[in-house]
Amino acid sequence: MKDIHCQEIISTVKRLFIEANTELGQDMLDAFKSALAKEESPVGQDILNQLMENARLAKETKVPICQDTGLAVVFVELGQDVHVVGGGLKDAIEEGVRQGYREGYLRKSACHPFTRKNTGDNTPAVIYIDVVPGEQVKIIAVPKGGGSENMSRIYMLSPAMGIKGVKEKVLETVREAGPNPCPPTIIGVGIGGTFEQAALQAKKALLRPVGEPNPDPEIDRLEREWLEEINRLGIGPQGLGGRITSLSVHIHILPCHIASLPVAINVQCHANRHKVAVL
Amino acid sequence: MGNIYRLETPLKEEDVVKLRIGDKVLLSGIVYTARDAAHKRLIDLIEKNESLPIGLEGQVIYYVGPSPAPPGRPIGAAGPTTSYRMDPYAPTLIAHGIRGMIGKGKRSKEVVEAMVKHKAVYFGATGGAGALISQSIREAGIIAYEDLGPEAIWRFKVVDLPVIVVNDTMGNDLYEQGKERFRI
Ligand code: SF4
Repeated sequence: MKDIHCQEIISTVKRLFIEANTELGQDMLDAFKSALAKEESPVGQDILNQLMENARLAKETKVPICQDTGLAVVFVELGQDVHVVGGGLKDAIEEGVRQGYREGYLRKSACHPFTRKNTGDNTPAVIYIDVVPGEQVKIIAVPKGGGSENMSRIYMLSPAMGIKGVKEKVLETVREAGPNPCPPTIIGVGIGGTFEQAALQAKKALLRPVGEPNPDPEIDRLEREWLEEINRLGIGPQGLGGRITSLSVHIHILPCHIASLPVAINVQCHANRHKVAVL
Repeated sequence: MGNIYRLETPLKEEDVVKLRIGDKVLLSGIVYTARDAAHKRLIDLIEKNESLPIGLEGQVIYYVGPSPAPPGRPIGAAGPTTSYRMDPYAPTLIAHGIRGMIGKGKRSKEVVEAMVKHKAVYFGATGGAGALISQSIREAGIIAYEDLGPEAIWRFKVVDLPVIVVNDTMGNDLYEQGKERFRI
């Protein structure tokens, strides 16, 4: 049994959200660079250059990468031999979000769905906790912006539609999203499971570093094929026309009911922010 | 990319009619921010024939909800928000003199028609380039509707704010035409 004080969780969550919002991962910086080499549209090249400069400036000036600093999504892998002391785990995460958004000068974007009244501190966070073997806690902070989340879709397809049907839905989602999710995007696809599981898998798929191949060679082939088809749509950086509409497609597959074929498509903008800590 | 222009606000008719989709513009001068709630209030005032908190003639409206200013800076991250939410209000503001809008995402047919009729343009700023755009904003202050919080009207003094012409006064649309050009 290992004790972890909730204070440590608070300060870690706070730090992760501030860092995630100001420091883009190396995988994204590399992806911009290789996108720039492939982009033929001069406007598209200009945008990609701006995005690289933006990432540099955000890190240097600590001004967020994007003003939409997102709802605070938190994935926790909690070792079953960990004992959180000094308070509740969820309360600690919420407090970390509160402090991070206040002290990091991040925008508070959580509001009531109808009255639109802002909650004022960007809580509640969106928290997913998995219990895993061991005595560590892994925390992944994912600020998720509204523009790309709004373009995400879920479908309960008929099993007969198969791979082809799923691919069509992915292409349709990207086409209809056009410029709105701030391309170049990353497309998370959750296939199978139940209705809500498909959506969660799609979001989790986005956590894989861009450029890291899918461990399953068959799925890896699909990811590459779908990415190529997406990039034939011509939408381009910011939707202003070009070769690079998406940087990567990430697929997660789960077994599903014999009567179903759920597919969820979670669109992630180029502000693909996440930071991990292990306690 | 088309031509590169440096323009000073307020914009005159001759400033905008020469612009074509794909042109890059570095904007300097004053721009005003407004999102849905502020638009609604402006339109209400226009309908009641009351005076507005800002003059509209030649002005540029930036659709943005910035993040809070860290110490020592005029503003936080300040990239564009999606423009379609302002579409119901934009034609009236265009008819009352605004020459430019800055945002991201497609505009409605009505907005495009109003731009052609009254000679105004729609600029795209790079969505998600919040830190980069923040550098172009040298002064920032709320000038109306403070009660709307992040949706208040701000006055930004900008220098070389980088934008791209997405809809010009000829009715062209870079989202449509750009995509067509690169579709395989
Ligand atoms: S879609 Fe992403 S990059 Fe674009 S404004 Fe929203 S959070 Fe920022």
